[in-house]
Amino acid sequence: MNQFVISPSPHIHSGDSVQKNMYRVLFALIPAFLVSALFFGWDTWIVTAIAVLGCVITEYVIQVYLMKVPTTIMDGSALLTGVLLAFNLPGNLAWWIILLGAIFAIAVGKMSFGGLGSNVFNPALVGRVFLLISFPAQMTSWPRPKMFNWTDVDAGTGATPLELVKQASKEGNVDQFTDSVGMIFNMISGDVGGSLGEVSALALIVGGAYLIWKKVITWHIPVAILGTVIVFTSILYFYDPTRYVDPFFHVFSGGLMLGTIFMATDYATSPMTYKGMIIYGVGIGVITVLIRVFGSYPEGVSFAILIMNAVTPLINVYMKPQRFAQPLKTV
Amino acid sequence: MLKTFSLGGIHPPENKLSARKGLKDLPLPKMVTIPVSQHIGAPAKILVKRGEEVKVGQLIAESAGFISANIYASVSGKVKKIDQVVDASGYRKESIVISVEGDEWLDTIDRSDILNKTIELSPQEIIDKVAEAGIVGLGGATFPAHVKLMVPPGKKAEVLIVNGVECEPYLTSDHQLMLERGEQVIVGVQIVLKALGIDKAIIGIENNKEDAIKHLRMITKNHPNIKICPLKVQYPQGGEKQLIKATIDKEVPSGALPIEVGAVVQNVATIFAIYEAVQKNKPLISRIVTVTGKSFSNPSNWRCRIGIPISHLIEQAGGLPEDTEKVISGGPMMGKALTNLDAPITKGTSGVLLIRSLEARRKEMQNCIRCCKCVRVCPMGLEPYLLMQLTERNYHDRLEKEDVMDCIECGSCSYTCPSYRPLLDYIRIGKKDVGQIMRSRKK
Repeated sequence: MNQFVISPSPHIHSGDSVQKNMYRVLFALIPAFLVSALFFGWDTWIVTAIAVLGCVITEYVIQVYLMKVPTTIMDGSALLTGVLLAFNLPGNLAWWIILLGAIFAIAVGKMSFGGLGSNVFNPALVGRVFLLISFPAQMTSWPRPKMFNWTDVDAGTGATPLELVKQASKEGNVDQFTDSVGMIFNMISGDVGGSLGEVSALALIVGGAYLIWKKVITWHIPVAILGTVIVFTSILYFYDPTRYVDPFFHVFSGGLMLGTIFMATDYATSPMTYKGMIIYGVGIGVITVLIRVFGSYPEGVSFAILIMNAVTPLINVYMKPQRFAQPLKTV
Repeated sequence: MLKTFSLGGIHPPENKLSARKGLKDLPLPKMVTIPVSQHIGAPAKILVKRGEEVKVGQLIAESAGFISANIYASVSGKVKKIDQVVDASGYRKESIVISVEGDEWLDTIDRSDILNKTIELSPQEIIDKVAEAGIVGLGGATFPAHVKLMVPPGKKAEVLIVNGVECEPYLTSDHQLMLERGEQVIVGVQIVLKALGIDKAIIGIENNKEDAIKHLRMITKNHPNIKICPLKVQYPQGGEKQLIKATIDKEVPSGALPIEVGAVVQNVATIFAIYEAVQKNKPLISRIVTVTGKSFSNPSNWRCRIGIPISHLIEQAGGLPEDTEKVISGGPMMGKALTNLDAPITKGTSGVLLIRSLEARRKEMQNCIRCCKCVRVCPMGLEPYLLMQLTERNYHDRLEKEDVMDCIECGSCSYTCPSYRPLLDYIRIGKKDVGQIMRSRKK
């Protein structure tokens, strides 16, 4: 007689997988990577390669030699962490600093919590913030974009738009940026100083649209963050335009787009319900603006996301999905 | 915009391979096995002895309580033995085995195909007839049908909702029934309306069965009280609570029955069985079964007598394909995997699905990546990932608070999970444990 496979229902599967989701996110990062390579040349390739290798090898070594479990490097998550970490670094960072960041991101940010899905904090951001605190000088010296001039090694460094604004804010002449259409255009296209992957808002938005279309992420977190930033900075801007820069500047500058679309939406570290996602997004928006405007760092997206990552388990406890009908009241 | 339910839902590939394949009568085998427990509730009490001659339509096991159902002989012949037989659920069940001799029917049964539109019985007589005929919910739940027709005191039925959704992939038995026996179904609807003392009926049909929608609309042209309601193709549209939400926009509260919102829900196949019982005096001895599968040579719909071995159906319809590694009784989302192909077709068997080796096995489970896709697809607004975690840790109090008992076991969570986590398996365990605790508390 035939021996049949027995299992409980359901007997079919959607065909979705961890790999598919990870590789779709990686695919969505391609436009940003290409723009970055256009502006920073070989630096983009080198930094990304070091970060990716560092992450993947660290995960492999920990799983195979330390935990003695089958390795999961093929699922693409370590690869993704590597790419995201690279996107958060300046292009002229020394190779050993990058490597250190990658090892820290995976070893402390991910594997120490139990690996994929168990981590509380976004591993790439853990790596970045670790480097930012350990190597503040190297981490805040931004190479100028050197479009079509890749061989020019000594293009020098320059401040990011947010750093310029921070400075101007102290002097009370922020309004010089407000009418600067050219600067907004540069920030959308990517021709500004900054981390490798954050410079082009447009390329990041294209990637985000792809992810929403493929249902890898939903609109809730990005819209909540951007909406909050716009509302909050508008209030400040109308209050005193000489000290606070306009909302468009905030939205398109710094790591906000990268953080909003690719870091805050990380599955493991963001809430499980729509309601929770909105709260999480609003929290990130508020903290980002607070740090940018009132804090001592010019940029606060990474810290904002990490802080809200820590709040996520709490959000999950209190924010329940809309249940189907409320229970009968027992009289 | 097509109507649909409000929360969650998935859209698995429909794979309705046997759609529009005309109904055929399945030739009788040499032997049939009729379990006495084909319904929810107490097993029926056996009335026949070994060696006894029976005719088609003869009562062979009697309902043993309010929630129970009569069982009739589906073939004529001799009772060969009364034995414990493994049925589709995988459990041994007491069954009456009849060796088939000829096809002799009781004279009281009207076997003609003539449509009888005049309803002579009074409401109470209809309900008695439905109970007597051993009719149970044929959509798969197998809850005795007459119980649903008796509105409890203090409650009021307002609308009859007929479930012609057939949201399970592959299955087409209800679709074919509506196409070929539409007139009878509509008379059946009128019979049930009369029994309930109401006059509003809605027939919900998923929009992938446009021909059935058109056909029923044409027949009901002169019945303004019967509305055909096309529904969005979305699983689990045919879940009772989802269907009520989609058709009349009311939510049945947690732990309550549809009557709480004035609805009575019956499957189209059940309605057809009621028509046959009331108008033709024919008890429930046969049903329509889809037999299908991707590598099966002849996906088709058959009128099968209750008790015919599933292996006989597969053989007659086209033979078991070489690469079959899993056989499902029912649809792929909620059906049961069979251990034994000789298990009989029972009142609740809506289809037989042959799954290729390619798709038979589950993939290995991975870590939960907390993508929250299970939360998004849950039609009851639950958090499957959390229910699984709580079940693993035996946190029964939390499980109860997280409304684990509301789970309708539709399987959308397991279907969707990118990490292949067996969410529903765990939730079933959690439900069982919490249910036991809740019952012991009541005592």
